[in-house]
Amino acid sequence: MPNSAAINAGDTAWVLVSAALVMLMIPGLALFYGGMVRVKSALNMLMMSVTCLAVVTVVWVLYGYSLAFGPDAGGVIGTLRDAGFSGIGTHAVTGSIPTLAFAAFQLMFAAITAALLSGSIADRAKFGSWIVFVIAWVTVVYFPVAHWVFDPSGWISAHLHVLDLAGGTVVEINSGASGLALALVLGRRLGFKRDPMRPHSIPLVVMGAGLLWFGWFGFNAGSALASGGLASVAFINTQVAGAAGVLGWLGVELRRDKHATTLGAVSGAVAGLVGITPACGSVNPLGALVIGLLAGVAAAYAVGLKFRLGYDDSLDVAGVHGVGGLVGTLLIGVLATAAVTGGARGLFYGGGFDQLGRQALAAVVVGAYAFAMSWLLAKGIDRWLGFRVSRDDELAGLDLIIHGETAYDIAGHTAGVGHRIGQSVSSSQAVPEQDAASAKIRP
Amino acid sequence: MRLITAVIKPFKLDDVKAALEAFGVHGLTVSEASGFGRQAGHTEVYRGAEYQVDLVPKLRLEVVCDDDDADDLIEAIASAARTGKIGDGKVWSVPVEAVVRVRTGERGSAAL
Repeated sequence: MPNSAAINAGDTAWVLVSAALVMLMIPGLALFYGGMVRVKSALNMLMMSVTCLAVVTVVWVLYGYSLAFGPDAGGVIGTLRDAGFSGIGTHAVTGSIPTLAFAAFQLMFAAITAALLSGSIADRAKFGSWIVFVIAWVTVVYFPVAHWVFDPSGWISAHLHVLDLAGGTVVEINSGASGLALALVLGRRLGFKRDPMRPHSIPLVVMGAGLLWFGWFGFNAGSALASGGLASVAFINTQVAGAAGVLGWLGVELRRDKHATTLGAVSGAVAGLVGITPACGSVNPLGALVIGLLAGVAAAYAVGLKFRLGYDDSLDVAGVHGVGGLVGTLLIGVLATAAVTGGARGLFYGGGFDQLGRQALAAVVVGAYAFAMSWLLAKGIDRWLGFRVSRDDELAGLDLIIHGETAYDIAGHTAGVGHRIGQSVSSSQAVPEQDAASAKIRP
Repeated sequence: MRLITAVIKPFKLDDVKAALEAFGVHGLTVSEASGFGRQAGHTEVYRGAEYQVDLVPKLRLEVVCDDDDADDLIEAIASAARTGKIGDGKVWSVPVEAVVRVRTGERGSAAL
């Protein structure tokens, strides 16, 4: 959507920095998720996020950008004219920034949204099938939905006039619904509901959540695509909602579980940040306080549902991102204020039910589309390649079986139980001492 | 000689160590263990879910002593480790055929 406006230096600088901030959220998410799983599959969890950064970048350059933001075809999808960034040079402009800065910023969104899904299938997915799924999913689900909402000519943006600055629908509801579909297709982890499956390293989770929170300033305030008042209100709202989310989740835990847990505090932060993502450019800081608090409370209750209903959304992608995103997307219809939006008002500010209805419709459509398409893609890949590892491999842990390494080698005993040359990995057992010694010195 | 093995609650280690020192024991091996006894674990709540935790964290203590000391030592360990609540653990002993002090090569009671 290039136009003829001039490039603004301040806007360009802020969006470039924001793109780098969002990139940092991906290793942040990897640590956030990686600390939450059991030690035997921690690296696999990190790898599912890290490979998204690589794979989605390649897809984005080849055709992803063009599908999402190329010339509009009926408000549904972009055409392939901009595939390979052909014809997009340094002078191409989107809004007040170079198109390439906009493309870099949006690339990070696509990569982290795909990475978010991995939390729902922790400890049990085939790595190759995951890569294939990511390529198929961004193509069929993410790029169209990003076009609908983030491209000014997309139907949700142009016709429904939904307010969603940073992706409550595109990123949060989308990943939540898709993650739920993935969890249903792959089935529960062995021992689900029987074994505690506690996080193996909560300090890693806290470090990851810290990186996420830091990067979220770029995610939300960068979505203004300009450096000014809108970016500033999004920035302060992000901080306020993250803080309120912590308190909301801990309040639920104190009442329900009698402990304020560390995992709960950082989960609440993420829930609050998720909640404000769509709303950061539509509400004032008091509105952000309400949204963050309610998102934290709602997500804290939602994560308990999987045990009652029996689906294994392992790291609560649906419970935190789906529910938090829904809370934020809907509450825009209640708390949007003309002082921030410059026009649209929510129910609380006398805008009636109009905006709320539009928000609800977008949430339902994106959620239903994401769930249905993700379910079909996952089922297809499961038939074609198999999506779940064998029972023995799942019990042994994916780190050694798939990646041939372990997250921690504190006793120094790992050599000799990993990948042996000329033999299938899964059949390797503890090897005789001589083999272990020779494995070490082999170049 | 006899090998006495005790599985105790982790926080009772200091009390048991003090009792062993008072008894005059010179050597002790401690390792982390987990397991369950007759009461078979307990229920925990975490992140909105209730779990049956059947393997409870414990410490395993091992001491080798002369046959004559074994009964008194078992009693000393048991009374130091006792809280009176479920999950206090077990103490047992088995015969030991041979002991060698690695540094000197001394054998039997002299090696204890």
